[in-house]
Amino acid sequence: MAMLEVKNLGISFGGLRAVDGFEMQIEKGQLYGLIGPNGAGKTTVFNMLTGVYKPDDGSIVLDGKDITGKKTIDINKAGIARTFQNIRLFKDQSVLDNVKVGLHNHHTYSTLTGILRLPKYFKVEAEMNEKAMELLKVFGLEDEADYLASNLPYGKQRKLEIARALATEPKLLLLDEPAAGMNPNETKELMDTIRFVRDEFDMTILLIEHDMKLVSGICEKLTVLNFGQVLASGNTSDVLNNPQVIRAYLGE
Amino acid sequence: MSKMNLKTMKKTTKSNLITYAMVIVIFAVVQILVATGSMSSLMQGLLVPLCTYSIVAIGLNLCVGYLGELSLGHAGFMCVGAFSSAFFTRCMENSPMNPTLRFIIALLIGTAVAAFFGFLIGIPVLRLRGDYLAIVTLAFGEIIKNVINVLYVGKDENGLHFAINDNKALNMSGTGEMIIDGAKGITGTPRQSTFLIGVILILVALFVVFNLVNSRSGRAIMAIRDNRIAAESVGINITKFKLMAFTISAAIAGAGGVLYAHNLSSLIAQPANFGYNMSIMILVFVVLGGMGSFRGSIIAAVVLTMLPEVLRGLRDYRMLIYAIVLIAMMLFNWAPAAITWRQTHSLKNLFAKKTKEVQ
Repeated sequence: MAMLEVKNLGISFGGLRAVDGFEMQIEKGQLYGLIGPNGAGKTTVFNMLTGVYKPDDGSIVLDGKDITGKKTIDINKAGIARTFQNIRLFKDQSVLDNVKVGLHNHHTYSTLTGILRLPKYFKVEAEMNEKAMELLKVFGLEDEADYLASNLPYGKQRKLEIARALATEPKLLLLDEPAAGMNPNETKELMDTIRFVRDEFDMTILLIEHDMKLVSGICEKLTVLNFGQVLASGNTSDVLNNPQVIRAYLGE
Repeated sequence: MSKMNLKTMKKTTKSNLITYAMVIVIFAVVQILVATGSMSSLMQGLLVPLCTYSIVAIGLNLCVGYLGELSLGHAGFMCVGAFSSAFFTRCMENSPMNPTLRFIIALLIGTAVAAFFGFLIGIPVLRLRGDYLAIVTLAFGEIIKNVINVLYVGKDENGLHFAINDNKALNMSGTGEMIIDGAKGITGTPRQSTFLIGVILILVALFVVFNLVNSRSGRAIMAIRDNRIAAESVGINITKFKLMAFTISAAIAGAGGVLYAHNLSSLIAQPANFGYNMSIMILVFVVLGGMGSFRGSIIAAVVLTMLPEVLRGLRDYRMLIYAIVLIAMMLFNWAPAAITWRQTHSLKNLFAKKTKEVQ
């Protein structure tokens, strides 16, 4: 059974049909790419998958469970975590605390326990610190654990966002333009990190990206979106050699 | 790795301990001044209100600094706490209950009623974004004050009587007594609040907010403030944590109100003590003391409450100087140039420079 199965997904904003008849099927453990020219509706698809927008039609099934039109929180609990095109960290909290916010639903104690500092508080906080530091280590951020998130350099902020998403223990990780604004070295490093995350956490990953080097380098399958509709779908090399796709990207 | 964690924990714990210590030192200094007779009775009369304002400012700071929502109605929560607790105390006055126990129950009642109103207002309003909370809380404060001004409650052997016209509408028997007498408020509440109780309440309020902020719920609250969409995407229940923070904030303001009510033999809901003037004043304490800094809120509350009294000798120029001090404090706290100056001229840096020179 597929990890994610999207059928006939569509949404309109007023008179604009932003996404229409979108179909996608991602197998467990796959590294899947969603590409397309600017304004094609890629982020809109992400927003529908994560419950930010409610789709007008179609269905989204995650690991056999229908999550169409559910709330963002419930979708996260069902197992989808994401990063954002424009980085959205908790700027005024430390790097460590950013990840600990991600652990929110998996390591719990009541508010009263926290206020009264009951023994459970110390036990769970210690667990959280350990887990969060483990995740930070994966991304090479352990030395910056005390920094304010806003003080991190750009590339590390992107990594921290991925670490925070992973902290929610998702089944499917959505990355919205993870390499945006990165130089070639940082991009290369990011590719290794994404591959490592997939192997280490046994993760299924769907990513939006414009950097063709990254897409062709790590994605096993691609879906190309143009004007809200699927232009092509299949193995990366086939799709990238598809004349229609080349035309959509480069023009006539 | 574990060293690193210890360091962060130490940093916040240290800062919190300094705040607790500051409150205790102020208390000790005041006690010495009172014992040696070098504090005027006017100043001594200000001590309990000072504690009240500090407590309400701590509560409001949780709402403004950590939740990131503007409330202009904390005087309303204070008012609800004050009247509900004074009402209880007056009702129980002739019962054989231990006065200390009665005060503690009154404190719990005042806090709980304020929390209840905070919860009630929060349910619809916290779902909205933007300035709606400020507007609704502003209206709430005014409404509460006006409702209490037309509320008549009396007690006789048949139990409690309520009316919203005048005291005759209560239909009490001859032996009945008024508890809330409309615009005249509640009179005859025993004056049980002391500076010691005030300081203890400040410490309790600090304990609650510090521990809340440095816990799982506190991180969720700050995550919502920093980035609502991201907080939602990691599975944080926005409404729940907003409501929780707002309710706790209102409850703390209510506790401040209880302290205030038991310091006055005649409690009246006037614009000066429970109107929006008071709400704005508390907000001034929070903003000038630094949003997110509970220690700053206490310092600002103390300085800005004492100042008009200290300047009383200057008569007409008093409020002028008060305004200038407000502006100066604001510049010192927030102007970019002042912030850089503070960083280069901080005590720590001066100290570091000197030790370098010695080496």
